[in-house]
Amino acid sequence: MAARALESAGIATVVIGSALDILQQAGTPRIVFNDLPLGNPVGKPFDRAMQNQTLEAALELLYQAQNPGVVQQLPNQWSASEDWRDNFMAITAFNREQLLSLGDENRRQRQRNREQGLFRP
Amino acid sequence: MIRYIERTKAYYRAQGFDQDYQWATNTQTPFSKPARPLKSARITLVTTAVVEPSIPKPIRAAKSYRFSDVPAHFDTTEVSWDKITTHTNDRESYFPLHALNKRVAAGDIGSLAPRFHFIPTEYSQRHTRDQDAPLIAQHCLEDAVDLAILIPL
Repeated sequence: MAARALESAGIATVVIGSALDILQQAGTPRIVFNDLPLGNPVGKPFDRAMQNQTLEAALELLYQAQNPGVVQQLPNQWSASEDWRDNFMAITAFNREQLLSLGDENRRQRQRNREQGLFRP
Repeated sequence: MIRYIERTKAYYRAQGFDQDYQWATNTQTPFSKPARPLKSARITLVTTAVVEPSIPKPIRAAKSYRFSDVPAHFDTTEVSWDKITTHTNDRESYFPLHALNKRVAAGDIGSLAPRFHFIPTEYSQRHTRDQDAPLIAQHCLEDAVDLAILIPL
């Protein structure tokens, strides 16, 4: 949404991200997509070659894109194993109770925030 | 590729939330071509990583900071990312300022803008759309920014 406001103000944008479905649904003007775990969209920690390649792709896309909604997917991989994909936000027989407790605590915290006036207008 | 919208829905249902989060949906996309060639363009960064964790999350709003005040490490504890698989100990992996500065110093990019910008990951689309995004756009215009790289964690 920030990219959309900037584009409307005449500023060219590119989003570097790893959650492609969310970015596409939101109507993002230019996307450089790294299919990596959320947290390091520019590249693996301390992998300067990968990070430089991502920045390069972002700068190129800023100038090469002719239409909105263009996606440049980079070939980077997190690891040979794909296990990380299953681990993220996993729901298993072992964590069901824990997730419900998390939800309860989340709801209590929201209630406390409201009572303390901690919310944005 | 992970389908994050589906994954998130299932995860919060498992936490006992009965209403799914409504992700932003837009069919029309605004688009501007760069106003200047890269060699003379002014560029900035936009991040969702937190500069001032002392501000409570429910009232954290968009804010612009001078690049000279950039923290060595942003606070990412309250941002959603894959905390099982990876870490955010390398700032360049989500805020590539060093790499950008090198390109500016080499003369490939015109200049770095005076300020970078924080936008919180907000539950409320209204806050992002009507308050945070317009504020950052205004600040970028004040700074005569031509190009912005946005990097949500």
